[in-house]
Amino acid sequence: MDQFLQHFVNAMIMGSTYALLGIGLTLVFGIMRVVNFSHGELYALGAYTAYGFVALLELNYFNTLFMAIVVGFLAGWLIEFVLLRRCKLEQIDEVMLLMIGVMIVMQNTQLWVWGGVAKVVQTPFAQEPLVFGAVSVSPTRVFVFFAAMFLLTLFYFLIEKSRLGMAMRATFQDKDAAQIVGVNVKRIYTVTFALGSSMAAVTGALLAPVFLVAPTMGDLASLKAFAIVILGGLGNLVGAAMGGFVLAMLEEFGAGYISTAYRDAFGFLVILVVLLFRPQGMFASKERVG
Amino acid sequence: MIKNHWIKTALAASLVTASVAASADSIKIGMTQPLTGAVAASGTYVANGAKLAVEQINAKGGVLGQQIELILEDNKSNPREAVNSVEKLVLRDKVPVIIGAWSSTFTLAIMPKIEEYGVPLIVETSSSSKITTQGNAWVFRISPTSEMEAIAFAKKLKTFDPPIKQVDFLSVNNDWGLGAANEFKKIFADNGIKVNQIETVAPDATDLSAQLAAVKGSGSDTLIVTSGVEQLTLAIRQAAEQRLPQRIITTGGSFPEQLIANPGPKGYTSTHLLFFSPWTPEAAINPVVAKNYMDGWKEKDYPFPGLTEGFRGYDAVLTAVEAIKLAGKAEPEAIKEALWKTAVNGVNGDIAFIKSGPAGKESGQNVPNIYVVQLKDGVVSSAE
Repeated sequence: MDQFLQHFVNAMIMGSTYALLGIGLTLVFGIMRVVNFSHGELYALGAYTAYGFVALLELNYFNTLFMAIVVGFLAGWLIEFVLLRRCKLEQIDEVMLLMIGVMIVMQNTQLWVWGGVAKVVQTPFAQEPLVFGAVSVSPTRVFVFFAAMFLLTLFYFLIEKSRLGMAMRATFQDKDAAQIVGVNVKRIYTVTFALGSSMAAVTGALLAPVFLVAPTMGDLASLKAFAIVILGGLGNLVGAAMGGFVLAMLEEFGAGYISTAYRDAFGFLVILVVLLFRPQGMFASKERVG
Repeated sequence: MIKNHWIKTALAASLVTASVAASADSIKIGMTQPLTGAVAASGTYVANGAKLAVEQINAKGGVLGQQIELILEDNKSNPREAVNSVEKLVLRDKVPVIIGAWSSTFTLAIMPKIEEYGVPLIVETSSSSKITTQGNAWVFRISPTSEMEAIAFAKKLKTFDPPIKQVDFLSVNNDWGLGAANEFKKIFADNGIKVNQIETVAPDATDLSAQLAAVKGSGSDTLIVTSGVEQLTLAIRQAAEQRLPQRIITTGGSFPEQLIANPGPKGYTSTHLLFFSPWTPEAAINPVVAKNYMDGWKEKDYPFPGLTEGFRGYDAVLTAVEAIKLAGKAEPEAIKEALWKTAVNGVNGDIAFIKSGPAGKESGQNVPNIYVVQLKDGVVSSAE
């Protein structure tokens, strides 16, 4: 039971960050139909933003989270405005190649700027773990969980309650109809990509002090983000949030009770099953008509 | 258009002159290390050690009256890239000897190429026993095998208080990690120590919490961790976060230096098997060589804990240069024969090769020294 609780707490914390990562990716796909291969690199960009501001400019860690959102937003805005806007988004192959190019350029730029050796990000939290009976967890991870849950809630209200969210949902449902009723679809695309990017970046900044910051950290993040999105259904926001938690649970309990050697395999095994029997994703009621 | 043409010509001309200038009157030594990717920290330190040795030797006039040129390739912590890097070193740079490739998995990947092209390989870090038992006569290893490390560790078993009675393993899921777990399991069995759980972790994984939660309640008193610097750091930090009751011992010679600047919770102690202890250079077998190495490292402003791995590159270059000197020419076959006669005073100790593997196709294996170092609250509390 003790081990079960520890696994559960670990999975909830990782799940919250997976959810953030997944939502950013699925948002961009859902609205723009762009498969964003650079998502992991935007995550790494956020982590390096945290490192840069904490270690070099001695900024408070909490402020760097805000900075990561801003830097991620600007980077996403730039990618959309400079590159994607010049492409026909219907040509999926072309857009995919473009995004792979962006990924390679970003990863190598990070390597060039920061070097290959991993960095540690300091937080103001104590190193002593918090202990609840048999479960023990570091204060940094607890903060990461609550910050991620806060951001998920904020995002939910942004999409459901704000005018911008309504315009985004309208574009999501039918681009042409949205345009007819006066939604500036081009602007929605830019904001969507920037928002998705800033979510990846803030996830990177949140996890930077929990793990290490390295130029290739985006590869694993990208892989996980795609897994989450497929679990939840491509373009399905609630699905992505749920998918994040499901993937974290699968990995954690699979590793804890079956075999740690196949930790990453459990998630992908379930994805295979989901794709075979529910190709629309675990949480979608029916296949969405684009 | 004309302007463009001129730029291209100028560029081509400058490239040609640059490569001619570099190759005239110099002897090349090739090196493949993970300078990016999951084990970049270690690879960078080893490369820095090699650069330092080359610089010091060149300052004293080089070898055979020529300067040494180190050609360093990044294998990106990836066995496929390691093979590419060797192809490049042999076919384009025509190096007569190669140093590499840090991880056992990368080294095992390049060994068939080394044999195919007939270029001697000096293995500076890898510890999988497979490397010197496969019958590849071009392989010369200066680093210890996991078996040697386990045997050296067995001699120190009595020094642990409270004594080690039950152990778990957390090993990186590759030739090195699994091989080390096997060798240590043997010595524990011989000493009546019970092995409870063996957990593995993917080389690029950052979250080890599931593995650590799985061993938390195993009842063991010790956790043996085998991985590179990055994962060692994560494992020790995350184990402290989850309040693992086990004492942590790391193998493989990497030192989690990030823990010096950012220690975990107070009182948390970890033990590390290293092949050079920069805290006690006077106790080294060749203190003068160790001092030269440490002084050079300090002058370059490289991070202090990197010394624990940088020596691998340093010693490998000393070995290669000594072999070139003995061979009297920079040719692969001659260097290979000379390596058998090489005796070098290295940072780790005296380097010489004994035969290992199937008769007639033996690989060279050195018998290095091993140190046990304890880290507590970001301070090295004992090194022996």
